Amino acid sequence: MTRELNARRIVYTDRLSIASSWSFVVRRGYTLRIIDSKGGANCGLLAYNNDDRLERYNMADTLKAQHTALLTKGHVLYSDMGRILFSITEDSCGWHDTLGGTSDASSVKEAYGENPYQENLNSFYRNGRELFLIELGKYGLGKRDIVANVNLFSKVTVNHNGAMLFESDNSKAGNFVDLRAEMNVLVVLNNCQHPLDPDPRYRPGHIEMLLWKSDPVTEADFCRNHCAENQRGFFNTENYFYQSVV
Amino acid sequence: MTALTVSKLESADALYSELVPAGKAWIHMVKKGQTLRILDVEGNQAVDTLFYNANDLSERYSATDTVRAQGNIYLTTGSQLISSEGNAMLTIVADTCGRHDTLGGACSAESNMVRYAIEKRSMHNCRDSYLLAIAASGFDLNKRDLTSNINFFMNVPVTPEGKLSFEDGISDPGKYVELKAEMDVIVLVSNCPQLNNPCNGYNPTPVLMMIWM
Repeated sequence: MTRELNARRIVYTDRLSIASSWSFVVRRGYTLRIIDSKGGANCGLLAYNNDDRLERYNMADTLKAQHTALLTKGHVLYSDMGRILFSITEDSCGWHDTLGGTSDASSVKEAYGENPYQENLNSFYRNGRELFLIELGKYGLGKRDIVANVNLFSKVTVNHNGAMLFESDNSKAGNFVDLRAEMNVLVVLNNCQHPLDPDPRYRPGHIEMLLWKSDPVTEADFCRNHCAENQRGFFNTENYFYQSVV
Repeated sequence: MTALTVSKLESADALYSELVPAGKAWIHMVKKGQTLRILDVEGNQAVDTLFYNANDLSERYSATDTVRAQGNIYLTTGSQLISSEGNAMLTIVADTCGRHDTLGGACSAESNMVRYAIEKRSMHNCRDSYLLAIAASGFDLNKRDLTSNINFFMNVPVTPEGKLSFEDGISDPGKYVELKAEMDVIVLVSNCPQLNNPCNGYNPTPVLMMIWM
């Protein structure tokens, strides 16, 4: 991985300490690598078209277009407008959850007990919903802008009766996923535990991030050709930027 | 498949009854304690449905909170529909179909372009019905309030390997689902006009909306 990255022009690096959040714009033509540094992390993700934030990641449109309940290499994250926000161009983990949603104050209290700021300062217990609201608030967005999020590095399977099962140990130390921005994407991240994680210990993971200029997206692109639906998704997205072949 | 649950309510006692044709929206208040029945008149008709707290529209149905709370992706009798604030909005109290979807979302011009063909953009779809209904309603609702909905009578299985598909319906003429409101809710329905997949048996038909005290 190091040799491969040395060949790329890294333009931004960052990290999320445990149970924290951050947001930034990944411009079209750049790729964001998100790394689970120590294994067992969960990284909650929301994504918006930064040029029109009314357009945002849509779970249902993403799943039904690609006939999948999970996300991995070859899949893309669709907006509610039939366009592609991110393509997953590499993934060493293999399964990212789309169904589990995020934790909130009551679920964290129920799972791990109380640990307020007043007693333990910045090691206090935090939750995904509040961290999403904090980041969204920085852009004038709020409760009404929260949708079903992606949980990177987490795996939730569904059996034939519909029962959901959180699979522990899905992500190993150093696992990463590459998100190639196909639009100017406002990405909102936090690294709280998955709300279905049965581990009784409060142990949010460690997330690192790298950003580089993407290679050109060719006609032979793996994500574009993952399915006919994605070819049309790329067509719609390139149309938006006046870059489709007429 | 879960056991089916029949209602004890009599049609003659309903205080409200309206037939909603395919391709139309329906927006209506259901008060706390009232029961809403959605009846699939001719069978295999997807009913795309959203719920809002009538006293605070920013609190709304949350698909992920609902499936996580019950540990199951399918909705049927006993399912509590959970809001974005973690509150129970409605409870399914009767169901003669057996299970309902909340992952498949509502069709739109844009998603039809992606899923079927660029030329499908002009076909009628649920999100167009939603947008028109909320624009006409006078409620403070817009596109950002159109989040993951419930598709009553729709069959969207997920396999243990993570495959998701739209399959033939498991509903039949006269099947219904009943929901008891746990708070005052605004119900927003699109009776689905989709013709490109089996969610309506390629033949969209009317549904009957009924409310009891």
